[in-house]
Amino acid sequence: MALHLTPRDSGLITVVDASGRITLGDGSAMLRKTIRQLVEEAHTNILLNLADVDYIDSSGIGELVSAYTAVRSKGGELKLLHLTKKVHDLLQITKLFTVFEVFSDEPSAIGSFK
Amino acid sequence: MAEDTKHLEVTLETQVESVNLAEEMCLRLAEAAGFGEDECYRIGMSVREGVINAFHYGNKEKPEKKIHLAIELTPEKMIIHVTDEGAGFILKDVPDPLAEENLLSTSGRGIFLMRAFMDEFDVVKAETGGAEIVMSKRLPGAGSAPSNGSGSGGHHAGPHQGA
Repeated sequence: MALHLTPRDSGLITVVDASGRITLGDGSAMLRKTIRQLVEEAHTNILLNLADVDYIDSSGIGELVSAYTAVRSKGGELKLLHLTKKVHDLLQITKLFTVFEVFSDEPSAIGSFK
Repeated sequence: MAEDTKHLEVTLETQVESVNLAEEMCLRLAEAAGFGEDECYRIGMSVREGVINAFHYGNKEKPEKKIHLAIELTPEKMIIHVTDEGAGFILKDVPDPLAEENLLSTSGRGIFLMRAFMDEFDVVKAETGGAEIVMSKRLPGAGSAPSNGSGSGGHHAGPHQGA
């Protein structure tokens, strides 16, 4: 299933609703392009909603990390919302839970941005 | 090879589409072999990562090179071989993606995931000179699986003899 990303504004935060798979090829490329575009437009506080993403491979993990570092290098933050169990487990075994801030409800996630 | 071992071999092009193809093929075999949803996910992900490794690191994305996928289904386990036509690599030289200095690396987690998701995992030198990833998963009801600590040393599933 192809990855679809839909950015929406929530105050000073951009929420990106994702659905599909973040995998080698189109999925990873789509995420890279979207984040790059948001950063270029100075949208550097990003909440990535992964509620409808149930599959991420190592390429997708790499792209998430790349997005995280790209946003941080511009003084912003990238946080994750609504992880599915598979994605949750994947971030746990790769220790990326120690890197990403992860939320299970949107208002709390929005409120956590400085 | 024992009579009750089923064997399938496919030669794949070095292209992104081969990753999905290999994953789908192994998923169908795993489902037919009786693996549950979670184990099918782990097998599919491992095959995917093996083929990504062959595509990107082994064959350096060169279209003239091939990726060889072989699956053996014995009464005890499903054994998967992914062989590339690259220069090969030494498993112990692969950086640990869980090390503090590698946590923000944008690559290098494929081997770790295969090790974590499969019961046995190893990399041997293939006849092609490239790397042959050999990994296996015990069939449901075939007895207890050997423990496989995430990120620890590989367990040998046996090199591919049938190619």
